[in-house]
Amino acid sequence: MLSYLTKRLLMMIPLLIGITLISFVVIHLAPGEPTDLQTDLNPKASAEMRERLRERYGLDQPLPVQYGQWLGRLARLDFGESFAQDHRPVFDKIVERLPVTIMINVLSIVTILAVAVPLGILSAVRRNSPFDRVTTVLVFAGFAMPSFWLALLLMDYLGVRLGVFPIAGLKSIGYEYLGFFGQIWDVIHHLILPVFVSAFGGLAGFSRYMRSNMLEVIRQDYILTARAKGLPESQVIFRHALRNALLPVITILGLSVPGLIGGSVIFETIFAIPGMGKLFYDGVMMRDYPLIMGILVIGAVLTLIGNLLADLGYAMADPRIRRSG
Amino acid sequence: MMRYLTSLLLLLAMFGCSRQEAAAPATGQDDKPAYGDTLIEASIGEPSTLLPVLASDSASSDINGLVYDGLLRYDKNLRLEGVMAESWEISPDNLTITFHLRKGVKWHDGAPFTSADVLFTYQMYIDPKVPTSYAEDFKQVAKAEAPDPHTFRVTYHQPYAPALESWGTAIHPKHLLEGQDVAKSPLGRAPIGTGPYRFAEWKTGEKLVLEANPDYYDGKPYIRRVVYRIIPDTSTQFLELQSGGLDFMGLTPIQFSTQTDTPAFRRGFNKYRYLNFGYSYLGYNLRKPLFQDVRVRRAIAHAIDKQELIDGVLLGLGRPATGPYKPDTWVYNPNVKTYPFDPAAAGKLLEEAGWRDGDGDGVREKGGQKLAFTIVTNQGNDLRAKSAEIIQRRLKEVGFEVQIRIVEWATFLKEFIFPGNFDVTILGWTGGPEPDQYNIWHSSKTGPRELNFIHYKNTEVDDLLERGRRTFDQAERKKIYDRFQEILAEEQPYTFLYIAEALPSVARRFHGIEPAPAGITHNFIKWYVPEGEQKYAK
Repeated sequence: MLSYLTKRLLMMIPLLIGITLISFVVIHLAPGEPTDLQTDLNPKASAEMRERLRERYGLDQPLPVQYGQWLGRLARLDFGESFAQDHRPVFDKIVERLPVTIMINVLSIVTILAVAVPLGILSAVRRNSPFDRVTTVLVFAGFAMPSFWLALLLMDYLGVRLGVFPIAGLKSIGYEYLGFFGQIWDVIHHLILPVFVSAFGGLAGFSRYMRSNMLEVIRQDYILTARAKGLPESQVIFRHALRNALLPVITILGLSVPGLIGGSVIFETIFAIPGMGKLFYDGVMMRDYPLIMGILVIGAVLTLIGNLLADLGYAMADPRIRRSG
Repeated sequence: MMRYLTSLLLLLAMFGCSRQEAAAPATGQDDKPAYGDTLIEASIGEPSTLLPVLASDSASSDINGLVYDGLLRYDKNLRLEGVMAESWEISPDNLTITFHLRKGVKWHDGAPFTSADVLFTYQMYIDPKVPTSYAEDFKQVAKAEAPDPHTFRVTYHQPYAPALESWGTAIHPKHLLEGQDVAKSPLGRAPIGTGPYRFAEWKTGEKLVLEANPDYYDGKPYIRRVVYRIIPDTSTQFLELQSGGLDFMGLTPIQFSTQTDTPAFRRGFNKYRYLNFGYSYLGYNLRKPLFQDVRVRRAIAHAIDKQELIDGVLLGLGRPATGPYKPDTWVYNPNVKTYPFDPAAAGKLLEEAGWRDGDGDGVREKGGQKLAFTIVTNQGNDLRAKSAEIIQRRLKEVGFEVQIRIVEWATFLKEFIFPGNFDVTILGWTGGPEPDQYNIWHSSKTGPRELNFIHYKNTEVDDLLERGRRTFDQAERKKIYDRFQEILAEEQPYTFLYIAEALPSVARRFHGIEPAPAGITHNFIKWYVPEGEQKYAK
């Protein structure tokens, strides 16, 4: 087990370098440079000024040199300084947006699990019943509906017309003057709509997945055995079937680890939530190379770790895999 | 999509001549100026830095406009007035400007404001180590000196008329910036200025708060606090406005004309409209043989119905443009050649130029070549894309075959505009009250990445532009720029399309708003909420 782990960890290093190299080349292939935003079509900017800016950002160096410098800094865990005019360390910019993104993503995954697992089980157990059909339609409607559209409708109806939910942001104006519980309620109140909207779109995939797993398990011989023993149906489903049907959830959770730090641009933009999605999008639009690379590296590391954890978790939970491995 | 001009101008560019849409607010007995309350605005993006020398985004410029002061600014009638300068005089040879600074002004941290700060600001702008995009105006300066703490004098190599406006640039505090790497200064996140509002707090991604400066030379502003909420989506902003989460917002034409046309909105808000500085245009690449024929350019001008564009794209909330200046400014010349919508005239001009539809397929040709071109414009500007479609249809009617390409901004500039790899483009320029257009039209500005990317070359225009920026006398300048506008109208290197209107709406509880040629925020510090109507007590 330990040697397996070491091997996997060591393999991550060349993989990571490969990922960064490809990302680096691709973002530099896109036309435009970070300095353009300040200088293009700007009558007050001279050619000399442009050169000065390029020099400051190190863009006058050949690309391999730039990559080497960047990699060298990364080896010392230095993500560099953002090319945006605030010139702040990339690391700070990422860290200040992480908590919100992680909180919303965790809440939304928990919500999805809490709703989708029972939905999937019920749909499987009552396969082709009216309940199954109605949920199928509903979750697919949720999946197909553009989240920004749903968000705007809810904001207009619940926020503007009924006035029961705040529209955007995470805190009210005057948050500072609320008591401790007032502050907590204020944040929860602001989070309900965003979490609902982001979870709604994710229900379809998960509940369908749960349903098909469950259907597969129910067909197995040991379920037949359990039923033949005369166990009550609830025990058959929850004791024997559910446990096995839940196994693949581990894989999904592992795969969602990198998703925890990635946000959605559209979603964050609509709800005015300062998350990672918007940060990354703005970074790309401004060609803020250090920021883009910083986020990509963190995302890549988390993806690799997530895969590893999923594999390990799976091996722990499923004796069949453990024995064959 | 134009990123242009200094912070001062960006601010000004939002406000032109104005007209109040709703009825004037009812004047009750308690309509007395009172201190207090908060005005909440939305900012579409996170401000980049609150040091004006580095900032080039509008979010930063809006805030910097309240925190910092320049020596001069445009007043409500777009005339220059003193702010940190009490008065100024220009030497008879037009080379030297002497500013007499206001006495007793203090920085927000209590340090005195002196001419050393002005000199330092100038030196910072021309410092090669400071990554600013606004150095050009200050490079014209031959000598800058501060003979005493309240006098600042600049001498230019040549008379330079845009100079006065350039001293509207925010003055930076010497005592906090001297000897430091400006790009890393903490002032970028917590600015210290001399302006009517002081920086209070900035919560990244959430909001930025300013508080009234009680020691402001022109009196303490009535509104105690200004909050900028960062809301990156305009639909969300609009919903927030309707629910009372915002007090001030610039509306889009559709929001202005239909979506706010409800009793509830009218009860809560006043709407204003006035012409923006800045216009949209159809620019012809004059290196392409097709567009070197003035008859073709004039034919296109005749084939486009500008009013139709304004009605279709701006829902009527704009004016046709006939040149680079807006109609309510001193420099505007109303007597230039215009090209009324007239497909027949367009057809005749094309016939004259030899373009005929020989094979009857609806597209004219000449010497085996079809009368075809592509309009390229940038992604993300819906108005431009819609304009392109309307123009495409109109030109088809007179025998052009027009394609449209919409390209992401950086690619658009890099691959199409700067290498001259386009036929026709739809773009816009933002300007200000200063009429100098040297960088856009002078034949020396056709180099790589310069602004005369259509390669317009006219020796008379070159001469006019050179004289225009060397002349201080307004009547003289008017003559120069009148002629300049005549030539542009005659030659149609651009077909000027329209000038859009700014459409702000403000919560009704704010009183004291005076619409003027400069817009509505020129007297922001005199806006107030009467005692009984104040919404935010703390």
